[in-house]
Amino acid sequence: MATLATTAPRTVKAPNPGIWTPAYSLWLREIVRFYRQKARVVGVIASPLLFWLVLGSGFAHSFQSGHSSASYLAYFFPGSVVMIVLFTAIFSMMSLIQDRNEGFLLSVLAAPVSRSAIVLGKVLGGSTLAAIQGVVFLVFTPLVGIHPDVIAILCSTLVILLISFELTALGFAIAWPMDSPQAFHAIVNLILLPLWMLSGALFPADRASGWLGMLMHLNPLSFGVDALRNALFPSEHTMFSFDLNLGITAGFCALVFAASWAIVNHRTNKPAA
Amino acid sequence: MATMTQSGLAQSRQGGDVYPIELDGVTHDYGTRLALDRLSFSVGRAEIFGLLGPNGSGKTTLFRILSTLMVPSGGSARIQGFDAGREPNKVRQQTGIVFQARSIDMKLTVAENLKHQGHLYGLRGSHLKARINEVLTRVGLLDRAKDMVETLSGGQQRRVELAKGLIHSPSVLLLDEPSTGLDPGARRDLWLYLRTLRDQESVTILVTTHLMEEAEHCDRLAILSEGKLVALGSPAELKSQIGGDIVTFETAGPEQAARLAELLANRFVVGPTVFGNRVRLEREQGHRFLTEVVEAFPGMVEGVSVAKPSLEDVFIDRTGHRFWNEGERDNEKGEK
Repeated sequence: MATLATTAPRTVKAPNPGIWTPAYSLWLREIVRFYRQKARVVGVIASPLLFWLVLGSGFAHSFQSGHSSASYLAYFFPGSVVMIVLFTAIFSMMSLIQDRNEGFLLSVLAAPVSRSAIVLGKVLGGSTLAAIQGVVFLVFTPLVGIHPDVIAILCSTLVILLISFELTALGFAIAWPMDSPQAFHAIVNLILLPLWMLSGALFPADRASGWLGMLMHLNPLSFGVDALRNALFPSEHTMFSFDLNLGITAGFCALVFAASWAIVNHRTNKPAA
Repeated sequence: MATMTQSGLAQSRQGGDVYPIELDGVTHDYGTRLALDRLSFSVGRAEIFGLLGPNGSGKTTLFRILSTLMVPSGGSARIQGFDAGREPNKVRQQTGIVFQARSIDMKLTVAENLKHQGHLYGLRGSHLKARINEVLTRVGLLDRAKDMVETLSGGQQRRVELAKGLIHSPSVLLLDEPSTGLDPGARRDLWLYLRTLRDQESVTILVTTHLMEEAEHCDRLAILSEGKLVALGSPAELKSQIGGDIVTFETAGPEQAARLAELLANRFVVGPTVFGNRVRLEREQGHRFLTEVVEAFPGMVEGVSVAKPSLEDVFIDRTGHRFWNEGERDNEKGEK
């Protein structure tokens, strides 16, 4: 039997792939898959407009927001951007469940790729799509009487990028252990929708009753919505400054990303996929 | 213990003699069920090695461990001297894997799939392009490079899977039930590719299978049953270990079969096995024995067969139960 052994181990031919090449490749795959599915492309443009018009018009007549100059439609604007981002970000991570069920994920996990590259590629892919959708929605600002200058647009884009990343990473962490889209939906309805409703998107935190207001202050998404409000309405006063809101949102991005990384990196003696 | 094993590893690497695949007491426990029970064997360089076993024998568990997707609960599995549990990335660089499930992306073209896979293994630019052309030529799909995978036939998709596993020129190739869903022609092609890989590039190939015909193609085999290694050797060796012919008698029903087995055991010094309404035994010069039995017990035998031992007979010989009929196997257990 010894004669069957090789004389020397074969040298490692493939170079270490590093983080960026695999992450780029996974990112690109998300983008390519997106534009090859035309229905998704149509949805990106059509759904934001529809949501905003229907929800915004409805609420405007039901509630008096009391906000000084802006109408409720204007108040609701940053919240609807975040909602659109939320939907796209979270649902793009449903592809993770599909990847797992189809076996694509197996081949990625069995490659010599650092686990952070997998999270990064997948999350950046989803957040790119979500951010594009959010930024596209900024086109409607004149309809609510906002005429943002270049700085406001740049600031808003930055905030949208951060929120997209944060929510996609959150979606990743939730989707990773799941094997059915139905279970994922259940969690989305249970956690993510309330997260959005209590983010100051629909009504301001300082007007909410005691415990509700407190929940809203603890909600990490509140700071994102607030930051976007700061960027679009620089003259309006919100709870915290733009810098602080942005900082907290960035911090939460790092936190959720780290959590996703930790979940993926956990090798066990149970089946990986 | 960890330090001991590690120094041992370093030695075996310096010593130079390293098996491409080496299992040392690999055990896996899913909590309630022992899926692998102290498996130890090694696979030589440029060998096509088969892992044969019925469903639930532990093949898939072992495949998961070798492909670094799961850490074994005991023992060590090494590929080119690297421990699959502790040094997964080194193992991954050496290994090409073709999963049973479809791992290619249907919304991408053939070339895009391979490019993506190359990126995961750190290949880029012109080198990657050259590799894509090489592997596609090898599996005969170069002219389909720009086609969307979903437009390919099932057999062609399997070939893309194979190309994907080969993109980084691995020294070890692992295939899980590679001929699932392939028609006989495509199956033949697959084995042709595997042999070419073995002969031209000295790739070590491990194939899991539950198909006897497929196992016959392997240079050597490990037969698994309920997580244990029950046989190891080339198909010819294993079959030659069974003396003589396999004789099977068919009777009217299970009770008659049991009765016949009892009579046979008393009259001739043999150890017959009963499967449902069939009695099976090994015997030199099976055709003569057959006539004797039919004459000795008239009316009990409804059908007979004599055959050279097959791999299934090896399995039956080593485990005492059939490879295939799970239902019959359960009945047997119930009767005991």
